[in-house]
Amino acid sequence: MRVFRKYWDLYLLILPVLVYVLVFHYYPMFGLQIAFKNFVAVKGIWGSPWTGLDHFQRFFDSYYFWRLIRNTLGISLYELAVGFPAPLLLALMIHEVRHRSFRKFVQTVTYAPHFLSMVVLVGMVLMFLSPQKGVVNHLITWFGGEPISFLTEPEWFKTVYVLSGVWQSAGWGSIIYLAALAGIDPGLHEAAIIDGASRLRRIWHINLPGIMPTVVILLILNLGSLMGVGFEKVYLMQNSLNKESSDVIATYVYQSGILGSQYSFSAAVGLFNSVVNFILLVIVNAAARRLNETSLW
Amino acid sequence: MDHPTIGDRISGAFIYAALAVILVLVLYPLIYVLSASVSEPSSVIEGRMWLFPVDLTFTGYNKIFHNEEVLIGYRNTILYTVVGTAINLFMTTAAAYPLSRKDFAGRGAITAILVITMFFSGGLIPTYLLIKSLHMINTIWALILPGAVSVYNIIIMRTFFQMSIPPELQEAAAIDGCGNLQTLWRIVLPLSMPILAVMVLFYSVGHWNSYFNALIYLSERSKFPLQLFLREILVKGEVDNMVQGGAAMIGQDQQILDAEIIKYAMVVVANVPIFLLYPFLQKYFVKGIMIGAIKG
Repeated sequence: MRVFRKYWDLYLLILPVLVYVLVFHYYPMFGLQIAFKNFVAVKGIWGSPWTGLDHFQRFFDSYYFWRLIRNTLGISLYELAVGFPAPLLLALMIHEVRHRSFRKFVQTVTYAPHFLSMVVLVGMVLMFLSPQKGVVNHLITWFGGEPISFLTEPEWFKTVYVLSGVWQSAGWGSIIYLAALAGIDPGLHEAAIIDGASRLRRIWHINLPGIMPTVVILLILNLGSLMGVGFEKVYLMQNSLNKESSDVIATYVYQSGILGSQYSFSAAVGLFNSVVNFILLVIVNAAARRLNETSLW
Repeated sequence: MDHPTIGDRISGAFIYAALAVILVLVLYPLIYVLSASVSEPSSVIEGRMWLFPVDLTFTGYNKIFHNEEVLIGYRNTILYTVVGTAINLFMTTAAAYPLSRKDFAGRGAITAILVITMFFSGGLIPTYLLIKSLHMINTIWALILPGAVSVYNIIIMRTFFQMSIPPELQEAAAIDGCGNLQTLWRIVLPLSMPILAVMVLFYSVGHWNSYFNALIYLSERSKFPLQLFLREILVKGEVDNMVQGGAAMIGQDQQILDAEIIKYAMVVVANVPIFLLYPFLQKYFVKGIMIGAIKG
């Protein structure tokens, strides 16, 4: 009670935040039970009848199941292979620049696309890649090639998705590596130079190991969300012709749930996705801890 | 380092060259959009405009500023951004300050309650049903309340309070008879302008650029934020065109040409506030990331 008298104003201050997380975060977690129920609007979440794992069964048996898994994993792995190393390489290169103004300029320019909204980014992608009007296809025809319809040919979808992502976020992603690089003891480099180590050797043997903990943490987080391809960008880039390779779990949940009002079924799909993600995160984290002694917790 | 070896000179030259290529790849699309927004659309469509504007015209901007929906979208976005950011800022401070006080009983438990929500969530459908049952569909609250505060930002701000505001200062204030809230208002906040700036920018850029909540919770066009109108103009129109083959595009139909220049001008107009703020954004966002990285 004495504690409360001294701090009642602080408890009052934090109360709205607690109410907020209870209402907007914890209540929906309990709402997830509709994944095991047949949601009937008039009976509400709590009154609807239980159906066990029916919705999960229906999802696993559905025609779309493997397509969704394949696309979701495909996009993530592609992104991991191309999008993950890009900011790392960029940071290693920026770190070697000795001219301050050039370095600053590179950073200013490469960070900028991060601030474009997803709608604008996808809008630009569509304009640039348009088969008749876009500058990319003008270039292709200028070199004597045939225009490519990047956005309607399913085999191009993942490449466009990943490369536009690299364009937007490689610069921004390099910040955290640059911070880690700045923390490396310059004495190591001085000693290595005296020993005659070349720049590339120093990058390989000093800089890279120096930022490895950061790399591993980010890698864990990335692997942990392998099944978590976000909705916003895929949805904007999706159309009826590329759906075969652009349909991912998040867009499927939106489509069957919000548009199709199959609340219970979509909640089950979403829950399946979160559970897989969480298991992945735990496994990867455990593996990293064993191999590298770096982990999230 | 004053006398690099030949090998180091070569690798250095290679790095500068690679960075120059990257600069071009990042800058070119941005300059292209800017130039296309003031060029004769037929030149852009037919590929006669490569970098600098061709046949200068301001039709695109003129059309945009006479388009009622774009203006409505702009107004709505400004409203959502200002109200949303104000609530975000209050909520973030309201959680970060008590949690930054080592003497605040229950801070461990409350932190845990908050951090759990970073890893688990009910997901789209239960949240949607909640918003629906709260009758927030088609109101500003559906855009603002579900994301009223970000736990990640609370942690950043709490870290800042702990690192930059000496506890002795707060104890001295308490001895002089300041209550907890007075200490926050008179002592802590005036010393926290940098982190407040980081938060304002984090949140306001997020509101300005977001479209997802508006997409699922709003159906009345008069309430649409700019990004939803942008989506119609930039994305839907373009996709419909591609799916339908778009053969008609090359015809010199004035309306189609105008539609094209409007798109480029829209991209510019939508990002004007962000570009004006960019110098601050860059400085403060980087600062925010650094504080976050220390903790995370």
